[in-house]
Amino acid sequence: MQISNSYDYQSNAATKDTPWIRRTFIAIAVLFMVVMLVIPLLAVFYEAFKNGWQLYIASLVDPEALQAIKLTLITAGIVLPINMVMGIAIAWLVTRYQFKGKQLVTTLLDLPFSVSPVVAGLMFVLLFGLNSTIGGWLESMGFQVIYAVPGIILATLFVTFPFVARELIPLMQTQGDSEEQAALTLGATGWQTFWHVTLPNIKWALLYGLILTNARAMGEFGAVSVVSGHIRGETNTMPLLVEIAYNDYNFTAAFALSSILAALALVTLLIQQVMTKIQERKFAKSERLASAPELPVSANATAVTESTSADSTGKV
Amino acid sequence: MSATSSSASKPGNKKGWLTRLRQRNVLPGFGLSMGITVFSLSLLVVLPFAMMAYTTTQMGWTGFWETITQPQVTAAIKLSLWMSFLAMLTNMVFGTLVAWVLVRYEFWGKSLINALVDLPFALPTAVTGISLATLYAPNGLIGQWFAKFDIQVAFTPIGIWLALVVVSFPFIVRAVQPVLAELSVEFEEAAAVLGANRLTTFRKVILPELLPALLMGAGMMFARATGEYGSVIFIAGNIPMQSEILPLIIISKLEQFDIQGASAVALFMLLISFVILLTINIMQWKLSRRVGAR
Repeated sequence: MQISNSYDYQSNAATKDTPWIRRTFIAIAVLFMVVMLVIPLLAVFYEAFKNGWQLYIASLVDPEALQAIKLTLITAGIVLPINMVMGIAIAWLVTRYQFKGKQLVTTLLDLPFSVSPVVAGLMFVLLFGLNSTIGGWLESMGFQVIYAVPGIILATLFVTFPFVARELIPLMQTQGDSEEQAALTLGATGWQTFWHVTLPNIKWALLYGLILTNARAMGEFGAVSVVSGHIRGETNTMPLLVEIAYNDYNFTAAFALSSILAALALVTLLIQQVMTKIQERKFAKSERLASAPELPVSANATAVTESTSADSTGKV
Repeated sequence: MSATSSSASKPGNKKGWLTRLRQRNVLPGFGLSMGITVFSLSLLVVLPFAMMAYTTTQMGWTGFWETITQPQVTAAIKLSLWMSFLAMLTNMVFGTLVAWVLVRYEFWGKSLINALVDLPFALPTAVTGISLATLYAPNGLIGQWFAKFDIQVAFTPIGIWLALVVVSFPFIVRAVQPVLAELSVEFEEAAAVLGANRLTTFRKVILPELLPALLMGAGMMFARATGEYGSVIFIAGNIPMQSEILPLIIISKLEQFDIQGASAVALFMLLISFVILLTINIMQWKLSRRVGAR
């Protein structure tokens, strides 16, 4: 999917807008973005550092803050690998096979997107809460899910569920399975095909999906808030501690933690930009190769060898 | 793997139903990927939804209706839907404008603006929430200017609208932008040749092409806005009957251990998203049929 093109609209009389319209539109768009997005973002850092470095550092090394940071990292550390395996499995299933119920799989995959995080949290309370059959049984085995870390992980898994698969499915759909078929024909086993053909082809999309998952996993508030129980020093993640500190009028601590999350968001955006640039360059390259007039026959072959020689190691 | 074992546990079904399910392919890994998919979808999606449906059926129709028609709940439903609708209209205008500017014009700082569009998706909602609440509080950096005109933004429905506009901003931009970029200039050239001015061209030529994507983005945005919690609660004020949003009702019912009441409201919210998704699908189907007939 292309989100911009290099066409020069302003030098075509039919698509040209008068300068004052152009300037007004740009001004309105930029002003809207600055007021709605940039100022709130800058305000986070301003409020965090308003009372000096010492207080900023002090509010981050506070035991409660350290515990929240640790729990957030643990949650992301558990959610990311699980999500990666699930995402690859679902994308592989949906793009490589025709089977009955495929539509059902994609519909169910999208459900977490359309559910309010609070409703998501509630569903896990109903399922694993102490009043429920499963929750009561697990409790008698000495395993608590809700108002404990497993509940936080389950809720985070739910809200981040579609991210990896949603990034992989369109890519794997367009790539098709001809390279995997070739590898199998040449005698590779299923796992060899996966490690040497599929994985190199999807690595960037996979990484991007994981970055999105990570951003959401570390920043999720609504769903985690319902299942966590806000036990101080035990089940607070960073966003939850932001809320508690804010409601305690401890604004420096709230904004200090927020500044870390905001920095994480900025890094996510930066990586996203770099990835888009890489993909655009790849796209432009393949376009150029496909339309190279002096090499009409070998153009396709060059593109294929280039993509395979760059990715697979020849062991296959 | 678990799918293979569950096939064995199914009575009267000898092995092979899994292969019959699959229609055409030679690639290995069908069983494994199907197993992981079925297991994860069941545990994380199907089971929670089923549990919620079960809890609400236990309460029955009258119980559900009584919860939904409590004055506090009706007020929250109205507020959430109304504010989401206003935020949707706002973003339909500004989202399309930003998409237009990003595709059509070249200006300094364009790529930065383009990157920042996704900020609300990347920034945790609680962070957006406390930042907006601090800025727009009556003594805040922006709020004090509004206070001079006796307008209070934070802790009123205006604040809710503002937070919803911010967090759901990327939906419409990112829905419209690719369609606008791929739109062939020949349509506009033809319109110009036939003597249409820019406004007419936009209204009669460009907008109809953007409409499916715009409505899709608006629908997704509306669904997200009705369920939004983290960014809103800090700025909303949360006064019952005045500035209490629907997700907050669920939280407060849970805090009072009214689990059935909470699930009734949650079911209602699920119905809202279901209706929105259904509407989007029907509209897209109708629009695509119209395009196909052309």
